Amino acid sequence: MMIANVREEGDLKGMQATQPTAEAARRKNIISLNYSPTGEWLRICSIPGGLTFTQFIRFGISEGERILCLERLPGGTIVVQKNRQQIAIGHNLAKQIFVVVIEAQEE
Amino acid sequence: MEPGATSRQLRHLDKHKHRELTFLERDFERPKLVLAGNPNVGKSLIFNALSGMNVEVSNYPGTTVELIKGRFNAFDVYDTPGVYGVSSFNDEECVARDIILEADCIINVVDATHLERDLFLTQQLIDMGKKIVVVLNFMDEVKKQNIQIDVAVLAEFLGVEVVPVIAVKRTGFDRLSAAIEMAQEGIQREELHSSLHAMLRVVGSQAEALLVLEGDEIVASRHGIRPSVLRDEIYISRRNRVNYVVNTVCRDDSTHVRFSERIGRWALKPATGIPMLILFLYCAYLFVGKFTAQTVVNFTEKEIGVNVWEPWIRGLITNFLPSTSWWSALLVGEFGVISMTTTYLLFLLLPLVLAFYITLALMEDSGYLPRLATMVDRSFSGIGLNGRAVIPLILGFGCVTSATITTRLLSTEREKTIATAILQFVIPCSAQIAVIAALLAGAGVKAMIIYGVVIVTVLLVLGKLLNVVLKGESSPLLLDLPPMRLPRIDNVLRKTFFRTYQFMKEASGWFFIGALSVGVAQLTGFLGMLERALVPVVTNWMQLPAGAATAFIMGVVRRDFGAAGLYHMALTPMQITVALITITLFVPCIASLMVMMKERGFREGFVIWIGTWIAAFAVGGIVSQLII
Repeated sequence: MMIANVREEGDLKGMQATQPTAEAARRKNIISLNYSPTGEWLRICSIPGGLTFTQFIRFGISEGERILCLERLPGGTIVVQKNRQQIAIGHNLAKQIFVVVIEAQEE
Repeated sequence: MEPGATSRQLRHLDKHKHRELTFLERDFERPKLVLAGNPNVGKSLIFNALSGMNVEVSNYPGTTVELIKGRFNAFDVYDTPGVYGVSSFNDEECVARDIILEADCIINVVDATHLERDLFLTQQLIDMGKKIVVVLNFMDEVKKQNIQIDVAVLAEFLGVEVVPVIAVKRTGFDRLSAAIEMAQEGIQREELHSSLHAMLRVVGSQAEALLVLEGDEIVASRHGIRPSVLRDEIYISRRNRVNYVVNTVCRDDSTHVRFSERIGRWALKPATGIPMLILFLYCAYLFVGKFTAQTVVNFTEKEIGVNVWEPWIRGLITNFLPSTSWWSALLVGEFGVISMTTTYLLFLLLPLVLAFYITLALMEDSGYLPRLATMVDRSFSGIGLNGRAVIPLILGFGCVTSATITTRLLSTEREKTIATAILQFVIPCSAQIAVIAALLAGAGVKAMIIYGVVIVTVLLVLGKLLNVVLKGESSPLLLDLPPMRLPRIDNVLRKTFFRTYQFMKEASGWFFIGALSVGVAQLTGFLGMLERALVPVVTNWMQLPAGAATAFIMGVVRRDFGAAGLYHMALTPMQITVALITITLFVPCIASLMVMMKERGFREGFVIWIGTWIAAFAVGGIVSQLII
């Protein structure tokens, strides 16, 4: 997770400007989804625009939504779950999705 | 449905002369009842219950998407491909969109265990101003999983009839017919109203107005206007509305992880997924490779094709044409367009393709295929593909020609090119695998290892090379993983028959043309010339007997002919290895060449074709220099 923070520093600045999740960014635990460990609860900070955005909204996953990282496969392909819905996200796409790991007390 | 609906449509169309009629609009006679829903929600079961046996399956004009039409009371009933929303992102969505746009009444089938996902489409249909009935399927699952849904409140929120059913047990179907009579427009969200009204004046139908507002370029261009940019806004507010509805009507107390879910997770993780894949491939091999390719095909090809059909048709033709004439050689000779091609198509290829499509349908309907695609996704991205490409590549082991057609489902041209090249270069088809396996088994373990290593290396090098040379990146994977379920046999068979029929329809002509051109090449002596030109390469560079040149050339006609030609030659195990490597990499059969040129264009097809010549003889020669 720490590695991710360093790597994504540049992106993070851009995100603070555009996303209404500045509060989360201040907490400095925003990671890109492909680094999310298996079994963690996550809150979505940002999803890339365009078709992907549309598709995610149809699946019921939008910014601010709480999801479970069901599985992180080697190489960063991610399977997330929301209610009973499971969605596989390729590593290239997962890289562009930013999330915060939800602490236990926040649940 | 009142008769006014169709005449209203007519009047509307009169105002829009600039627009071409879509396929369904040409059929004005009966009101259209359309089934719509997400993938895997049980639409076809409800369709079957409504329409009974009276069903027509065809493909939607200009696409490979199947169009299923039946009758129910006064209605024509249409099934649509499963979609998550109405728009124009791919072929299936376009077909679903056009059918839904023309619908007089829609039965929206909803998976009650996936309300959040499914009601998004429901709300969109309501926003389109269509008359709908919501059918809530999987009510048994809902009970099993301890989910509580207040159906009456849901109906109130949506403003339409909601019919809970268990489609597999046909429970609740008795209410369907009455509900269809009561189909009505649902409750639209107010925030949409004013923008919809403005667009309605331009477009003339609320459904199309909504799609234009949501930025649908195709629908907008039909009206000669530019699509709006409100999609994200509308989608987010619709999502919020759906979430609100679901949170109000639905309570989820399930904690129990079911066994099928556990299997689903095992299929994803490499540690458990790879053994599962091996087990699956072994079963597939037993069914396709052993049972179909050997037992069934031996009977159909040898007993029916070669022993009955070919002598019969030869006798018939030689009644009219002297058996020595070139006409009769072309029609019923060694590569006879009528004799050999028919045997090949009906008695060899048909059983194999059927078996492969059954396997594919089982993989799809059980929910295993998307999980396999997910597991291999990362490794595929190294060769410029995403996990989805696993479908054409697996099909290639059945028939490269059918797999080449299937590359259509990949999302970018770049991926189609890479997948097609890999299929044509390195994937041996089932006809060939049988012969290769037999020869390799005789040649020993060392031969098998060398063969396997070389072929896999070529695959990786080819994929990497194309990934670097072709501009762009592999498109990202974004897949809905449906629950693991036991596939329903009627669904599997319907899919299998439809796909097999489509394939035979598309490919048969090319097989005949292929056989004809080879026949002509043989008669004019071109084939012999090619063989003689190859002999020095084969004997000096590849260190094989001159007869192997004939085997390679036969491989151009039918891939298994080439491999089979090696049977009767006295070869050392290492010579067998070299010959098999060459024949695997060597040009695909003439039919798959034709289909490739049609799919990928003449230039690209030709480059790949020439590439296989070069790769086969270069790699075969190098291996020969190293091991013989």
